[in-house]
Amino acid sequence: MILNSPHHKFILWLVLFMFGPFVWAKTYTICQACEHSSVKETIQLADAHDTLLVQKGTYREFEILVDRPLVIKGIGYPIVDGEKKGEIFRIQSDNVTLDGLFVINVGVSYTKDNAAIRVIRSKNFIIQNMVLEQLFFGIYLEKSSHGKVYHNRIIGEAMDEYNSGNGIQLWYSSDIEVAKNHVQGTRDGIYLEFSDQITITDNVSRDNLRYGLHFMFSNHDVYTNNVFENNGAGVAVMFSKFITMKNNTFRKNWGTAAYGMLLKEINDAEIIGNTFEENTIGINIEGSNRIKYIDNDFIGNGWAIRVIGACYTNSFKGNNFLYNSFDISYNSKLNDNVFEGNFWSSYTGYDLDKDGIGDVPYRPVKLFSYVVNRTPETIILLRSLFMDIIDFSERVSPVFTPDDLKDAQPLMKIRP
Amino acid sequence: MLKILKYSFYDLIRSRWSYVYFLFYLALGFVLLFLNNDVSKAVITLMNVIIVLIPLIGTIFGVMYFYNSREFTELLLAQPIKRSSIFMGQYFGVAGSLTLSLVLGLGIPFLLYGLLRSNAIFDFSLLLVTGAFLTFIFVGLSFVIAISNENKIKGFGYAVLLWLFLAVVYDGLFLMSLIVFEEYPLDTFSLVATMLNPIDLSRILILLKLDISALLGYTGAIFREFFGTDLGFLVSMAILFLWTLFPILSLGYKAKRKDF
Repeated sequence: MILNSPHHKFILWLVLFMFGPFVWAKTYTICQACEHSSVKETIQLADAHDTLLVQKGTYREFEILVDRPLVIKGIGYPIVDGEKKGEIFRIQSDNVTLDGLFVINVGVSYTKDNAAIRVIRSKNFIIQNMVLEQLFFGIYLEKSSHGKVYHNRIIGEAMDEYNSGNGIQLWYSSDIEVAKNHVQGTRDGIYLEFSDQITITDNVSRDNLRYGLHFMFSNHDVYTNNVFENNGAGVAVMFSKFITMKNNTFRKNWGTAAYGMLLKEINDAEIIGNTFEENTIGINIEGSNRIKYIDNDFIGNGWAIRVIGACYTNSFKGNNFLYNSFDISYNSKLNDNVFEGNFWSSYTGYDLDKDGIGDVPYRPVKLFSYVVNRTPETIILLRSLFMDIIDFSERVSPVFTPDDLKDAQPLMKIRP
Repeated sequence: MLKILKYSFYDLIRSRWSYVYFLFYLALGFVLLFLNNDVSKAVITLMNVIIVLIPLIGTIFGVMYFYNSREFTELLLAQPIKRSSIFMGQYFGVAGSLTLSLVLGLGIPFLLYGLLRSNAIFDFSLLLVTGAFLTFIFVGLSFVIAISNENKIKGFGYAVLLWLFLAVVYDGLFLMSLIVFEEYPLDTFSLVATMLNPIDLSRILILLKLDISALLGYTGAIFREFFGTDLGFLVSMAILFLWTLFPILSLGYKAKRKDF
């Protein structure tokens, strides 16, 4: 009687539809003494939407092909040991979940990019709570989309660039969320190539050989709240458009070619609220246009910002420049960028009308930075009285530095 | 020697010069901290003061003291005391009292503003040690100048010139030569040239702590070896020590041979 009402019929169908897969899906338990003792073989037995529970133990397997939608979940971090023979997991199906496995010993190859986990042409995958060690490439996403790489720990022991791989690599992928991962000791911590609409949040990428984060030809990506520390060359963002970078921290990237952030051929990006601390170069900018630098903190860097050339219509507003050896360095006399309302710790002007804005413009480019650009050895004269005198006279009447490169409204108090 | 050292020391305190010097540093320390309210920032500003002012004050003070106490020196020379102990006593008396004023004058305000709780304590102690070294070096150099010149005006002139040369002109010449010879490898040259000037040497010693991130930006293997490791710190310290020894030895040498 009840079922006769079309309304109730609909609900019944809905319930069946929602719980159907769970009602019919099976759960396989894999352990060394069980009926199923191999991950690879159990996958072949399983039907779509089944769940594989991997019990604690060591599974010496490699080239595990996941070609149907499955949930593979480790209990108590079982070890999947590839014994350096090759790739370990290869996902070639939509709706796959990998959770809580300890994957070690990926085979190093000079012809193939072996990865601990490779995802190929798949959608809606979730890779979470994985621990990857002794790896070549960590998680390699290839032409995949709408997935999630969440809370993984990737620890490599890369020594040389030529025989090491990247922690998390995205290649021709889109709409993927990379969050709360910890990557260290790989070549590039997180590497994006031709990948759009990617969100990268709350990751820590440190002690990598080359870049903590590396963008190539990837547009409309957002990265927020990440920490990049002590990487060989910091973070590189190259040949990309419409990137948003917010509230990240770039620390202690020291060396001759180390940058907090390297921008090359970047257009229309937003760099907001980031902290650059104790890097040799905070931001190195080359051929980048229409970028907004707002509310960033530059603390104790060698060069806070180094502009190499061909950078137009960028604006720097409300940033704090604190105790950097050089605030801004330019290598040309041309300037098309706007500096407005920043706080400069070396500003010496006054504020007679007490509106919080200095009455005298601040010129952030020191003549000395030009001298250093030309003859790098002169860096040894940093902070000498002679250089201070020269800088002062240049500041009074600019000859070598761009005349219009100044902050006409420098803040008197540090932006909180 | 100790007796003469003590005498010179008390003489300076009685003549209030030590107090003036002490109060100057005290005021400087308080004003800097009051304006910045941040110990780390104040250390940077202080560095500029230390590498310029301390040599100047040391030079002027040393020359002045030597000429002023000339009569007393002659009186002492008539006594059966070793010449070296007379001059060394005076030298250590002056340099010691200046150093004490420096350390106390800057130390007290920084301690009051919570130096012990900040992580700038190592930078700050390095600053004071460098300051002490510079005092000893420049008082020594000025004593050597004063003992070699009977004429006070000439002596003062040379002393001020020495300061001007080491503090400003030397760096100018250094910079010029770096730019003129920029085609050549200059790593070793620039490091050696730095070592030859105690003011530059102290500056580098402090930079090693404050601006290390900038110094590492240059692509030279020798630079990297020098700045990137503890080597730079140890070598600079050792050479600074040699620099202190040099005027003391030449003062002893001059004093022994001078005919009063």
